[in-house]
Amino acid sequence: MTSVVATNQTILVVGGGISGMTAALEAAETGKQVVLVETNPYLGGRTVQLYRYFPKMCHPTCGLEINLRRLKANPRIQVLTLAEVTGISGSKGNYSVSVKLKPRYVNANCTACGECGKVVQTEIADEFNYNLGKIKAAYLPSSMAYPQRYVIDSSIIGTPDAERAKAACKYDAVDLEQEEEVISLNAGAIVWATGWQPYAAEKIVYYGYDRFPNVITNVEFERLADPHGPTGGKILRPSDGKEARNVAFIQCAGSRDENHLRHCSRFCCMGSLKQTHYVEEAFGDAGKSTIYYIDIRAIDRFEDFYQKVQANPNVSFVKSKVARITQDKDGNPVCNGVNVEGYKRYATAHDLVVLAVGMEPAVKGMDIPADVMSDSSGFIMADPANAGIFGAGCATNALDVNRSVQSATAAALRAIQVVNKVARAEV
Amino acid sequence: MSDLNQTMAARYQNNFLKEIEEQAEMGEWVKMCMQCGLCSGSCPTNFQAGWDHPPQEIFMMIRAGKRDEVLKSNSMWMCTSCYNCYVRCPRKVPVTHVMHGIAEYAYRIGQSPKNQPTQHLSKTFWDNCTKTGRVNEVKLTQSLYFKDGIGAGIKKAMEMQAVALGLVKAKRLNPLEAIGIAHKCKDIKGIQAMLAKANELEAQRKAEKAKA
Repeated sequence: MTSVVATNQTILVVGGGISGMTAALEAAETGKQVVLVETNPYLGGRTVQLYRYFPKMCHPTCGLEINLRRLKANPRIQVLTLAEVTGISGSKGNYSVSVKLKPRYVNANCTACGECGKVVQTEIADEFNYNLGKIKAAYLPSSMAYPQRYVIDSSIIGTPDAERAKAACKYDAVDLEQEEEVISLNAGAIVWATGWQPYAAEKIVYYGYDRFPNVITNVEFERLADPHGPTGGKILRPSDGKEARNVAFIQCAGSRDENHLRHCSRFCCMGSLKQTHYVEEAFGDAGKSTIYYIDIRAIDRFEDFYQKVQANPNVSFVKSKVARITQDKDGNPVCNGVNVEGYKRYATAHDLVVLAVGMEPAVKGMDIPADVMSDSSGFIMADPANAGIFGAGCATNALDVNRSVQSATAAALRAIQVVNKVARAEV
Repeated sequence: MSDLNQTMAARYQNNFLKEIEEQAEMGEWVKMCMQCGLCSGSCPTNFQAGWDHPPQEIFMMIRAGKRDEVLKSNSMWMCTSCYNCYVRCPRKVPVTHVMHGIAEYAYRIGQSPKNQPTQHLSKTFWDNCTKTGRVNEVKLTQSLYFKDGIGAGIKKAMEMQAVALGLVKAKRLNPLEAIGIAHKCKDIKGIQAMLAKANELEAQRKAEKAKA
């Protein structure tokens, strides 16, 4: 049913986050045919789930809009959402790839008017907001979602809710007959850009992420600060909805730890430094941030950003890895540990604790249907034996957005060289 | 003993880290510490009252060459071997074992604090249980209680009277052990031969290290 035009001069990009989009755009803008495969119903990946970027504190939606413009203007990119690569065979310059397409139950007629969402009653977990809230089972994943089309969750198919959604649609966009399908396509080179996932914080047992409601992760804090998030941009703590004016950030929550992630995730120090700005933005001088750290790794040219945060009297730094979080009688999370400066025990209560969890490569444990090598953390690298598949972005290393884009551009260039060779051979 | 101390101090001069790495068991792990403080924070003992320095500080002091302060410290002896630090250390440093290694080294070269209760217990326990292969609880308790003199011993024994009677009732303590009628290993000679051999091997290994 779904038709995709692809030859062995086509570049397949797996993953539609910032890395995959970049690789796809860079390749397509040099004139190559690109198929971009994304498992979510929308493009942009974890980048669009951020409130602001460091170091310029601008909004990711801005960068995304530019990329979406480039994408819409480029006829050489075919985007497949709700799609998953299930098999790769062949070799460099001549791959055959099978892709499983999950039904969206909404076709291209959709204008995102929202009528279906109004009539559907079932609520599902809001994945875009890291399950911090609930959404209707007919939904637009985010305000910036591309494609700008609703999704009907498969859980309501066959229920009266689905019929209500169909009846409410004035554009005949709801198609409940859609079924999962597997298509196969050709590709000369593949860019694997499946990104990362936040480390499962509940595995760090002594931080009690799954026991204390006011212990959240850094990615969840992004959603709390975002005006499009579940609290409308108000930093309210989950237990009682109280304003979280005194926020603790715990660095290396899972990273640089042989028992969890052995690598440094690189972005989390800058992420927490950035998030202290959210606290100040929300509460001014009444907003206090405390960063518990082993050492601050403000990589690259970000040292000045760190110094500015350091100079802020509303932000304090405690050189110590918090050893345990407990909860006091008012539901405040209490950080317990020993301070390196003086080796004194502390037990400090905060309104909210944000765990700066690290990056776990999404490819870890994923059954990539091709030969790739991975390092001890699960990040992938190109296998010389199968030199037509290239990693990009956070599939290859713990990177921030800036470095992901660099990595993706490099991967695109490698892929271009492969398909150029194919083209020359075929002339 | 203090000769050994002087020999070691002279040999390693100002490199106490190297001394610990080469002479103390598991000492080679000290340099892996990244001073995150998870070990100290996870320690269940209230070291601020009882300890001189938490493990993380001991590690830093070793690197800073504070030889006397470390070796004479009571810290390593206060470890309860709960292994919280060991299992949590992000660098997989076997903190518990390192602490024991340093304690043993301090004892070996005669620098450990005198009359330290845990040290006393370790020695007493060892001497007690190696005799028959089983611990004689009554004698062990006696030697602990009377460590600080007869008066203190009687006072402590009176305090613990109810516990002792409870243990006797539950058949966890045999009062006859006081006169040497106690449970023992079936093959006392066998176990003593094993211990003697182990002792010999350990002494040999340590002597080699000390010579090297």
